[in-house]
Amino acid sequence: MKPASFSYHKPGSVSAALALLAQFGEEGKIIAGGQSLVPSMNFRLARPETLIDINHIAEIQGVSDQGDHLEIGAVTRHATFHHPVSPCPLGRMLTKVVANIAHYPIRQRGTFGGSLSHADPASEWCLVAVTMGAEMEIHGPAGARRVPAAQFFRGTFTTAVGRDELLARIRLPKLPEGWGTGFYEFSRRKGDFALAMALAALKVEGGTIRAARLGLGAVGAHPQRLEALEAELTGQPATPQTFAAIGARAQTMVTPSGDIHGSAEYRRELAATVIARALTRAAEDAA
Amino acid sequence: MTENAPNLIGQSVARIEDPELLTGKGTFAADFNRAGQIHMRVLRSPVAFGRLGGIDTAEARALPGVIAVWTAEDIADLPQIDFRMTKVQGLGPYRQWCLARDYVRYVGDPIAVVFAETAFLAEDACDLIFPEIGELDPQLDPLDDPSPYMPETMPGVLSEPAVLRKGSGDVEAVFAHAAEVVELELSVGRHSGIPLETRGALGVYDRDSDTITMYGAAKVPHYNRGAIADMLRLPVERVHLSEGHVGGGFGPRGELYPEDVLVCYACRRLGRPVKWIEDRREHFLSTNHSRDQHYRLKAAIDERGVIQALDAEFFTDQGAYVRTHGATVSDLAAALLPGPYLIPAYRVAGHIRLTNKTPCGTYRAPGRYESSFARERLIDAIAARKGLDPFEIRARNLIPEDRIPFDRGIDALGTHVVYDSGKYHDLLARLRAALDWDALSARVAARRAEGERIGLGIGYFVEKSGLGPDDKVRLHFYPDGLICIVTGVANIGQGVETAMAQICGGTLGLPMAGISILHGQTRLIDEGRGAFATRVTVMTGSAVKLASEALLDQALDLAAGRFGLPREELRYRAGRIWHEGGASVTLCELAAEYGGEDGLVAEGIFRSDHMTYPYGIHFAQVKLDPGTGGVQIERYMVAFDVGRAINPMLVEGQITGAVAQGIGGALYEEFVYDAAGQPLVTSFADYLMPTAMEIPPIETLIREDAPSPLNPLGVKGAGEGGITAAGAAIASAVEDAIGRPGVVDRLPLTPERVAGWLRG
Ligand SMILES: Cc1cc2nc3c(=O)[nH]c(=O)nc-3n(C[C@H](O)[C@H](O)[C@H](O)COP(=O)(O)OP(=O)(O)OC[C@H]3O[C@@H](n4cnc5c(N)ncnc54)[C@H](O)[C@@H]3O)c2cc1C
Repeated sequence: MKPASFSYHKPGSVSAALALLAQFGEEGKIIAGGQSLVPSMNFRLARPETLIDINHIAEIQGVSDQGDHLEIGAVTRHATFHHPVSPCPLGRMLTKVVANIAHYPIRQRGTFGGSLSHADPASEWCLVAVTMGAEMEIHGPAGARRVPAAQFFRGTFTTAVGRDELLARIRLPKLPEGWGTGFYEFSRRKGDFALAMALAALKVEGGTIRAARLGLGAVGAHPQRLEALEAELTGQPATPQTFAAIGARAQTMVTPSGDIHGSAEYRRELAATVIARALTRAAEDAA
Repeated sequence: MTENAPNLIGQSVARIEDPELLTGKGTFAADFNRAGQIHMRVLRSPVAFGRLGGIDTAEARALPGVIAVWTAEDIADLPQIDFRMTKVQGLGPYRQWCLARDYVRYVGDPIAVVFAETAFLAEDACDLIFPEIGELDPQLDPLDDPSPYMPETMPGVLSEPAVLRKGSGDVEAVFAHAAEVVELELSVGRHSGIPLETRGALGVYDRDSDTITMYGAAKVPHYNRGAIADMLRLPVERVHLSEGHVGGGFGPRGELYPEDVLVCYACRRLGRPVKWIEDRREHFLSTNHSRDQHYRLKAAIDERGVIQALDAEFFTDQGAYVRTHGATVSDLAAALLPGPYLIPAYRVAGHIRLTNKTPCGTYRAPGRYESSFARERLIDAIAARKGLDPFEIRARNLIPEDRIPFDRGIDALGTHVVYDSGKYHDLLARLRAALDWDALSARVAARRAEGERIGLGIGYFVEKSGLGPDDKVRLHFYPDGLICIVTGVANIGQGVETAMAQICGGTLGLPMAGISILHGQTRLIDEGRGAFATRVTVMTGSAVKLASEALLDQALDLAAGRFGLPREELRYRAGRIWHEGGASVTLCELAAEYGGEDGLVAEGIFRSDHMTYPYGIHFAQVKLDPGTGGVQIERYMVAFDVGRAINPMLVEGQITGAVAQGIGGALYEEFVYDAAGQPLVTSFADYLMPTAMEIPPIETLIREDAPSPLNPLGVKGAGEGGITAAGAAIASAVEDAIGRPGVVDRLPLTPERVAGWLRG
């Protein structure tokens, strides 16, 4: 569990990082928090010849409030969200979610952009991105482009970011005041990657759901937004029966794959549970 | 003759080991370094079973910084690794070589070994070794018929090295007239003790004295010293083992493995210090696994639910080779399966089966964690059939006090199984009272009525401890009042230094501050049995008591001579000997006058042919989440009679740590293989040890109601009872919450399995 040898570069700007990516081509690899990349290098599953360390690039650090959305620099640490970065429902929701990502020390190093680029099917930030309709700002040799979350995730561990590109910023649209949010995940132990997780946001008036956002993660190749179910929720009473029924519907819409911690069939059942519970929490939050 | 200050024995004094550890001054295997050292790396088989052909090492040897690359041919003079303790015959052919010959038998089997200037280079070089392996179909299920072990080179040798048979009473006759028969089939998953410190060793060769010293030893330094010397064909004085701090033992750590031998062999042959530190992936592939047993139980019961006969068969999947533990796990499982119950007729056949997985050895409560799970499942099944509560069914089957000492009529580890002391019913009643069982049951019923899935369960166990045959310590008393106890015991983190200092201080009426314990150094004492089988406090502790008494004896003789007074008229208290007439002398003064450079020296040797048998009960209260199958342990208690608690805080620590591991095996930890024999669990991402978040506060009911008559302290070991019935109690509680008797038949209780049982 010692990595193969590599060379190391520490660019100070996005353009310098892009130049290094261009220079080293297939051999170059970005390292952010290193919490996923370093373990796989130690197992020699990844053998990059050149590491391009983006931790020192000031322009892609931190969170800024842009009025209708939050702009998150790619190397913003998970721990930044331990306290709400904004008093709006989105800011509070990110704080609920972050507590489920790994463990405290890992959250001090791991980055928002690293999670999205790594695209683990059980990544909480990836679930947030698809459910909230995030937009990714990708920089490459041809300049910057923006890719909506729906087109960003291509499969397990694969995204729209090309080998010669870098994810610079993520824009998360805010939720209007009055929306409630709920997150629920099930993992074998506290801090483990989820076996299933769901994120819900509801606007509830007089006990009736007026608008909904719903996403499901860790069940399938990448997190997905369940727009059909969002539509079904709208107009329904915010009751346990509704949420259970939506959970049951979700079971029929997902195609999980199994691993040693849970078979496909079991994850399908978990999907129903986490969806119903996330919706319940969102309704409580909205009340 | 002697009257002492308040006795240290029995007090919860703080561990004397802690200051060094807590201030970062510990010296673990990886902390040993020598100028000029080189690093060893083992290339391991990527396949589960295959015929080993040529191994191309040319590229690896050509890599700059690589000093040597060896395969089995290069170390042809090294024999197989022998057994440390087993009386079972016929296991010899199944011993592991230091590097695989002819066949590889598990993913992780050492194929070649590289020595290089850095650990990084050594790992790079391993990537450049190309073995030819003709893959074969692995045997993965121990219940399948035994298959050829190494088909071409050892024709006729099958993968069942031994079947252990034990029994007493006429089982057939009882079954012929049985009122009812209860049958169960159960299994316990493959998991193991996982020390946070991986294995490691530094081998240093001194050319002038032709002596090898291995740093990083653990558990059984003296035995391993002898075994390594034998394998290297050196006189035993030319090999020394030295123990530093040890980051957890639990059974696997400290046994003799191929790497230990290779480090010692290589430092002499290459003439440079050789360091090897196991990485975590290697650890999961190569350090002993454990558990993995399958039981078939058949009990004849009477109308009251009392077991009249037990006919048992089990299969232990011991992996690829028979390692140092030989048949220990199966032997103990067979011997202690009947546990605390009378069971007048008993018969067992324990099949040791080899498969193409990592070899297995002992893990805390070997054979008892498994057999307690199986037996207590059986007891629960009988209770369900008879409509009895968990306390009543056990009360009806327990061995009554007037039958103790109880001779089971069978043996374990070559000793006769005689439960030396015990008040089994009494402890059951105490647990019931401590839990306020009726009120607790009522509360649970009320919560169930509200729809919660709550369950209660208990598991009764009998442990064994204090394995002989003997233990020796040497005690030095110096003129400045310092005491040094030299012992061949090992410290695997269990608090041995504290306990030994307490026994010495308590016996001599002296404070602990001046007492130090030197252990795990073969240079300092010529024999020692080490730390395993919960033997240290019983065996070494008794030897320390005897040595302390011998010192006093010697001092009284010296004082009598000095005063010219009869010895019987002398009195001793807290380091001073005096006579009513006014004569007085301290131990320090005697040491200055009569002791040489080594001070006053006394030896204590304690011998024992019988083990002592502590016993206890685990209780678990669980809550199930029907939406996920998740199990939450709401409450956990262990009632445990240890005969005498030298240090109740240490006992509590042992229980708490052991329960945590027991919960791991019951709910989280499992080595899983795919159909090709590839291990799917090779990191902590998949091997789920419970963390502080998963472990509830552990309540303990430590009792000293049945001291052991077999040693001067009355003590029984407390190292393992905290884990023994954990799987049993949790399974019982989970089944109670599910509400369908008989469904919970295997560990671990993963959420998916629990969800399946809940669904029905
Ligand atoms: C024990 C443990 C538990 C964990 N549990 C969880 C969990 O429950 N949930 C969870 O979501 N994560 C979990 N993680 C992963 C953790 O959150 C990682 O931090 C995260 O997945 C990757 O972020 P990073 O900054 O560490 O990226 P790195 O490890 O540095 O990089 C990961 C990959 O992304 C690429 N990359 C990184 N940044 C960029 C960028 N800006 N542009 C383009 N490519 C980039 C790298 O080249 C690499 O391929 C866990 C990790 C550990 C060690």
